[in-house]
Amino acid sequence: MSDHEYTPKSKLGKWFNDRLPLLTLSNHLQEYPTPKNLNYWWTFGGILTFCLIAQIVTGVILAMHYVASADLAFGSVEHIMRDVNYGWLMRYVHANGASMFFLAVYIHIFRALYYGSYKSPREVIWIIGMIIYFLMMATAFMGYVLPWGQMSFWGATVITNLFSAIPFVGESITNWLWGGYAVGNPTLTRFYSLHYLLPFLIFGLVILHIWALHIPGNNNPIGIEIKKPSKDTVPFHPYIVIKDLFALLIFLIVFAFFVFYSPNILGHADNYIEANPLVTPSHIVPEWYLLPFYAILRSIPDKLFGVIAMFAAIFVLVILPWLDTSKVRSAIFRPLYKQFYWFLVADVLILGYVGAMPAEGLYLLVARIATAYYFLHFLFILPVLGAKEKTLDVPLSLTEPVLGGLSNESIVKKKKEI
Amino acid sequence: MSEDKKNNRRDFIFTASYALGAVGVGAVAWPLIDQMNPDASVKALASTEVDISGVERGQSITVLWRGKPVFIRRRTDEEITKAKEVDLNELKHPEKDEDRAKDPEWLVMLGVCTHLGCVPLGDKGEYGGWFCPCHGSHYDTSGRIRKGPAPTNMEVPKYEFVNSNTIKIG
Repeated sequence: MSDHEYTPKSKLGKWFNDRLPLLTLSNHLQEYPTPKNLNYWWTFGGILTFCLIAQIVTGVILAMHYVASADLAFGSVEHIMRDVNYGWLMRYVHANGASMFFLAVYIHIFRALYYGSYKSPREVIWIIGMIIYFLMMATAFMGYVLPWGQMSFWGATVITNLFSAIPFVGESITNWLWGGYAVGNPTLTRFYSLHYLLPFLIFGLVILHIWALHIPGNNNPIGIEIKKPSKDTVPFHPYIVIKDLFALLIFLIVFAFFVFYSPNILGHADNYIEANPLVTPSHIVPEWYLLPFYAILRSIPDKLFGVIAMFAAIFVLVILPWLDTSKVRSAIFRPLYKQFYWFLVADVLILGYVGAMPAEGLYLLVARIATAYYFLHFLFILPVLGAKEKTLDVPLSLTEPVLGGLSNESIVKKKKEI
Repeated sequence: MSEDKKNNRRDFIFTASYALGAVGVGAVAWPLIDQMNPDASVKALASTEVDISGVERGQSITVLWRGKPVFIRRRTDEEITKAKEVDLNELKHPEKDEDRAKDPEWLVMLGVCTHLGCVPLGDKGEYGGWFCPCHGSHYDTSGRIRKGPAPTNMEVPKYEFVNSNTIKIG
């Protein structure tokens, strides 16, 4: 929060603000001191907020026309596509919006990984972010079930069957999840209810995420703590607002390309066949954004341990602030981490690729190596780097290297602590 | 009353209130959780009768029972011999063929892969039985798991022969 007390100019504003300090909040959001060196990778928070709102708006509209019933769901989606005014637009924006949402969230997460945004004092921001990410996956999965196509049905079957791996109570839990002895109408209606609920939970968590962010303030590409407000900061409005809006426009061009030119390229043709509990499609794949986790699941030849490994892949991210022990945040000053960072990016992309391929032969071998490397990165490489890596010297402030008028050698402070 | 006694009395009242509160929360939570379990109408579909008069040897039919596919296969002699000859030590989930098929000619089992619930394809796989396309589990002519990630054999439901032409599942 800014240090000075804010007083509204008008009498009415003052009267209201004394009773509910909304104007103080909006003033805080405008003046919020932001590091002036934020690059475009920092615009994805705003983009993600847009994605969430777009999903909620199109989702509420789709819910006006969709029928959650095993007999009618598939037909009602076709009804939306063919009969409802602009129904095709709402559905394509919603379906591709989910992909765009994940695209943005992956960039957002990998930005945090590169610049060490999860490190003290920002651990709680990171953990809330991971909870949001987990809820996003749950929401997206349940949303994919609603059209009641073949991929919906069999995707739901495979994912809910993950819980049957739990010893002793697995079968009771899956029957409880299904409301029956297989995925069926009760499953569809409860997924619909939860798919409507979870985005609002995510919305609440986003507010907490931003609140937690505004306590220490933004990290920045240099990764040093800066004085706020100071010469190193600019007010959020208009500087960051305009930059975020510009980035959002570019993002919307990509979004619009998918919606208007290849709305089905990210989906699966099998989902235009109505669900049939007697026939499994020959090749089941989840949506692209879940593929790395799916690859990890399949790379382990044991049912229970496969499921454990998949959830562990998410859990290591949650405890990341304590696995990466390096005091230096930004990869700019960590020559070794920078390389391992790109190895990890490649590793996750490889996992995504083999997750889409049949689990056999070379693909399976690659999936196993990539899975092992994923855990090696978080559980071994990061702790070791924290102790062994020789980091570069970090500057004391953002302004000094530029305005100090000193030669490059001397501006770099010999200071290990940030 | 001494201070000590007073404190003990307080502690008892607190503990008793928390305990009662916990019981109350549990009592309210249970209906909220249990409503998701299979309901009466789902349970009511507990059994189904199948006419098997048209099934020739070497053919199988698939029927839906409680939302799940059930394979009913009229096995050939060759398949039966193959199923019986297997050394139980080779099996991941050892079960005798006699224990799985009451009448060796008729194999009745849930057509659900025990890995993650896909429907295996018939007359496929390395053991002449079923093959699950999802994650590559191979089953033999008795529906026993032989290779792949599935942990157990395909489940045999409760069934009985009502007469020579009808099987009642469930």
